[in-house]
Amino acid sequence: MKEASLTKVFIALLKRDLLLAYRHRAEIFNPMLFFILVITLFPLGTGADTKLLQTMAPGIIWVAALLAAMLSLDTIFRSDFEDGSLELLILNSHPTSILVLAKVLAHWLATGLPLIIISPFLALFLGLDQDVIGLLIVTLLLGTPVLSLVGAVAIALTVGLKRGGILLSLLVLPLYVPVLIFATNAIEMFSSGLPITAQLWILSSFLLLSITLTPWPTAAALKLSLS
Amino acid sequence: MMKFIYMMASPPHFYRLAGKWLPWLSGITLLLLAAGLYGGLIYAPTDYQQGESYRIIFIHVPAAWMSLFIYIAMAIAGAIGLIWRIKLAETVAVCSAPIGAGFTLLALITGSMWGKPMWGAWWVWDARLTSELLLLFLYLGVMSLYSAIPDKRVASRAVALLALVGVVNIPIIHYSVEWWNTLHQGPTVTKFDKPSIDVRMLIPLMVMAVAFKVYYVWALFLRVRVELLERERNTQWVKELLKMNKG
Repeated sequence: MKEASLTKVFIALLKRDLLLAYRHRAEIFNPMLFFILVITLFPLGTGADTKLLQTMAPGIIWVAALLAAMLSLDTIFRSDFEDGSLELLILNSHPTSILVLAKVLAHWLATGLPLIIISPFLALFLGLDQDVIGLLIVTLLLGTPVLSLVGAVAIALTVGLKRGGILLSLLVLPLYVPVLIFATNAIEMFSSGLPITAQLWILSSFLLLSITLTPWPTAAALKLSLS
Repeated sequence: MMKFIYMMASPPHFYRLAGKWLPWLSGITLLLLAAGLYGGLIYAPTDYQQGESYRIIFIHVPAAWMSLFIYIAMAIAGAIGLIWRIKLAETVAVCSAPIGAGFTLLALITGSMWGKPMWGAWWVWDARLTSELLLLFLYLGVMSLYSAIPDKRVASRAVALLALVGVVNIPIIHYSVEWWNTLHQGPTVTKFDKPSIDVRMLIPLMVMAVAFKVYYVWALFLRVRVELLERERNTQWVKELLKMNKG
């Protein structure tokens, strides 16, 4: 029997994961709802002073996105781990690291992208200007894939554990700090009229770095978790 | 040469050798610590700007150096363990984490003790302190991952992977925090610059740095010996050792 080419397998896996996500729509909506809830809590906690909210908005939105991304990580490998399809993924002849990339991409499309789509509305809640909202979306587009890719390493390490929740946040959040810093900093600088090309380039380089580097440790960690 | 490495890497051999070294290591640590503390607290001159309170650096700076050094050592040991499946290297990586976390905590505490008279606050979001705090979280992540996985061989490989990911990220985290700090706070923070440090301060500082390094090896050997006994409790050499100790 002829082997399917890597590209075909990649696309098939992507389609399968997207279909699965579509069938379990709650998994898409839960991180989104969490994202909205966290952002609504902030004005209630700090007072609805427009000035204050405006200055805090990029930070609030990004921290909420960070937490939502972290909470949604569990769905990347959990069901595959439980029904055994993860083993097939590793046992087939194609490099696991690339297949992992397909899974992470599908996960980002299913959970990361919806966050980005609703973020303009939430930014309006917090009183951000319209041109700043455009930039917020750009930073989210560059930053959230990094969160999924880096998070995949941590979730691959903990997927076999019964209670990985708190542990996951300890593993993941320190690694998310650089993305948070540069993304919110870009928005802040832009609001005060300063150039932001450096921040955007750095965010793009984080994205490229994590696309090239994280699949290997993720694949290795999955193999460990299954051993 | 290969034979020597092979010998060193075998748990019973390492156990015996480390046992012989332990008294020496503890003696050297205590001597160097005493010398360094004397030099730092009594012999070194008072700083013209910061008065006596600068003397905390004789603990703070070496501890901060060690916190980074141990993380790198842990990642290297972990990589060796992952690549060549050497049990001893895995154990070294695992046992380094609590010691490194201890040094990180020490650097944080002494840093904030120094910050109180200098900055007027126990905690300032200074770039170095903040990245040290994140380093502590990375150490705690490594430690709790290790304790969460029941199979210790698997756990130590997971820890090695995590340490490698962390070691790639440490410079990125460090420089982003530095960038964040310079842009948020501006030059209001009196940075502790040390271009022209007095030789009489430098020598105790170096002595303390070496003392901490030797202490690390000492503490590491103690931990590795215990860990090896625990992991190899069903092997012949541990049973013989136990019999000898009883008899």
